[in-house]
Amino acid sequence: MRKWISLLLATILTAAVAVACASTGDSTAQGGDNNANSTLNTVTSRGSLICGVNGQLPGFSFVDNTGEYSGMDVDFCRAIAAALFDDPTKVEFRNLSAQERFTALAAGEIDVLIRNTTWTINRDTALGLEFAPTTFFDGQGMLVTTASGIRDVKGLSGKSICVQSGTTTEQNLTDRFRKLNIPFTPVVFDDEDALYSAFAQGRCQAATSDRSQLTARRKTLPNPDNYVVLDEVISKEPLGPATRNNDSRWADAVKWVVFGTFQAEELGITKDNLAQFENSNDPEVKRLLGKEGTLGSDMGLPNDFMARVIKHVGNYGEIYERNIGGPFQLERGPNELWTNGGLIYAPPFR
Amino acid sequence: MTTILPQSSAPPVTTVGPWAWAKKNLFSSWLNTLLTIISAAFLAWVLISFLSWAFTEAQWNAVRDNFRLFLVGRYPVQLLWRIWASLGLIVAVGGLSWGVLARTSRLFDRRGLVMLGILAASILIVLGLLADPTSIAISLGLLVLVVGTAFLGQQIGQVKPQLGSWLPLFWLLTFLLAYALVRGLIIGPQVKLDDLTGLLLTLLTAIVSIVLSFPIGVLLALGRRSELPVIRWLSIVYIEVIRGLPLVTILFAASLLVPLVLPSGMRPDRVLRAIVGLTMFSAAYLAENVRGGLQSVPRGQAEAAKALGMNPLLTTTLIVLPQALKAVIPTIVGQFISLFKDTSLLAIIGLAELLGMGQSVLANPQYNGRSSEVFLFIGLIYFLCCSIMSWASRRLERQLNAPKRAVDPALTTNRPDGGGGG
Repeated sequence: MRKWISLLLATILTAAVAVACASTGDSTAQGGDNNANSTLNTVTSRGSLICGVNGQLPGFSFVDNTGEYSGMDVDFCRAIAAALFDDPTKVEFRNLSAQERFTALAAGEIDVLIRNTTWTINRDTALGLEFAPTTFFDGQGMLVTTASGIRDVKGLSGKSICVQSGTTTEQNLTDRFRKLNIPFTPVVFDDEDALYSAFAQGRCQAATSDRSQLTARRKTLPNPDNYVVLDEVISKEPLGPATRNNDSRWADAVKWVVFGTFQAEELGITKDNLAQFENSNDPEVKRLLGKEGTLGSDMGLPNDFMARVIKHVGNYGEIYERNIGGPFQLERGPNELWTNGGLIYAPPFR
Repeated sequence: MTTILPQSSAPPVTTVGPWAWAKKNLFSSWLNTLLTIISAAFLAWVLISFLSWAFTEAQWNAVRDNFRLFLVGRYPVQLLWRIWASLGLIVAVGGLSWGVLARTSRLFDRRGLVMLGILAASILIVLGLLADPTSIAISLGLLVLVVGTAFLGQQIGQVKPQLGSWLPLFWLLTFLLAYALVRGLIIGPQVKLDDLTGLLLTLLTAIVSIVLSFPIGVLLALGRRSELPVIRWLSIVYIEVIRGLPLVTILFAASLLVPLVLPSGMRPDRVLRAIVGLTMFSAAYLAENVRGGLQSVPRGQAEAAKALGMNPLLTTTLIVLPQALKAVIPTIVGQFISLFKDTSLLAIIGLAELLGMGQSVLANPQYNGRSSEVFLFIGLIYFLCCSIMSWASRRLERQLNAPKRAVDPALTTNRPDGGGGG
């Protein structure tokens, strides 16, 4: 009987996988690059955007105590909704786990995935995603005590490092330290809370995770001033929105809303001073706000889409300050505008 | 009692009181004394360190500020009256059924009154710390409603005693009505199924899965004992396959594979998919529990029914099943309780039920690192719900066993309260 059952199970699973593969094949083929099938039309006719978020990540997406979604990823969802509908509340948020996020996007359950997803070559090509510009340059960092006098990764030689198990963080740590030929003792934890309390009790000399998380966590330790996040990063984690492949109209819309927030910061247009720019003579400003030219309507968006985004959500700097800079006192670093030595750079609006 | 009674056998020790009890049970020998002291010290240490944490270190604002979110999640504030209304409906029907079922006995003995008092006091204290005055007032109002409808139910029950057997149907209608009210299917703007979060979602998924998995489980158990090979084999395969898979796998399949397999455009709600997964899983386990009950019914019962000329359907539904189900109430309720707790797995497929909501709240930078408080609170809610379920099951068992005892009134009249239970 056991044999029978395992045979049956194997058949069922094979069938399920085959069907699953066949249908993903279908949907990518159907996606097509024609205008009628674009997600842009689906979203517009539906009247609301379905945005896949993490829902449980400090600074990026969480539920605040009024029951509203809040965070940096959430703000970009709202920015897209503002561009399309002039109403940032026309978003339905879907909490997605790390495992299901790509399937949910491929199956069309969500329109855009803004869930602290790292842009990698594999995801961009083999997984069939289309990445919009990076909205947050994260990287794996190190949290140490100020008393230890450790300044860089080399200073961690022979020390024990607390790390969460089963994450890319653990992999990165081992890879990087092996490459630098630095001996270290990993102290592995399943649970994030356990990791940081062990670190606070001195079980290890350093804790490693993404810098955004380390900075958020540092504030919750008993004496935050006794700890410092090293400037050095040991991995690249560019996080940004992603859409389905082969739908460039929709991908363009998402892409240029994000770029628009960069450009607005570069031009100094904020939520508060938008009115002063309405009558500006600067052609760059006029094109961005849709007063001149047809940049918006050419791509199927309202011509004043960026004016709407700025009015409701603000420019990139405001979004950063509101969600990351203010609450966590995380300096902008690579997330500074290119004019200030950072990596935030938008191609020209013309 | 100063006179000495000249009797051969010594009278039994009749000293009562807490001190005597403690001496008999805790300090009867030096070993027991030692064990008692060690455990008491350990308990005191745990309690003191917990209390000192709870009153000095812990910051309960994470729970207080988000109390509404834990219970009803992101349900629109302006529509909250619907939740209250459906709660009122359920409470009223609960009171009525209580009254109808207890029509022959007194509604409130001393214990009942004490329980009610404790309930009212805890509502006042807990909600006083966590919620606004309106909610407290409405909650107390609901308590009054329970008592009122219970008396009403008693009156009705005395007039129409046959009403008791209609209660399950009545409850089904109540549940459907409450669900329609919450979703806004009757009046007002609709709330999407996928937008239900918090304890509301936990209760919805648990109740629906429990109600659905019970009949499916019973059918599977009967199917497994069927004499028709196709039905028997299908039941066996279903039960064994599902029991061989972890629940997480089934939930992941329901949330990941189903949308890939279905044609595009057909997107069942995520909550619905989760409910289907939970029901499928629970039904298989229930079937095995029920099968145990079916096997415990002596063959003679079915044979006697046959001899009386009952057909197989009647034999099963009137003779075998009632006895089988009664025998396995504890295990079935155990399965329901574990199903209730298993709903917390929905958090990992991205549904913000009670635990998921807790995680969302903890991601708020304002409450960063407050996980002990939040998880303790959530654990308390789970504990409360589960203990209510097991309490109800003990009551049900006692109730179903009552007729057996009533056969000989001499045995039951001076019987101290609380014989059954287990």
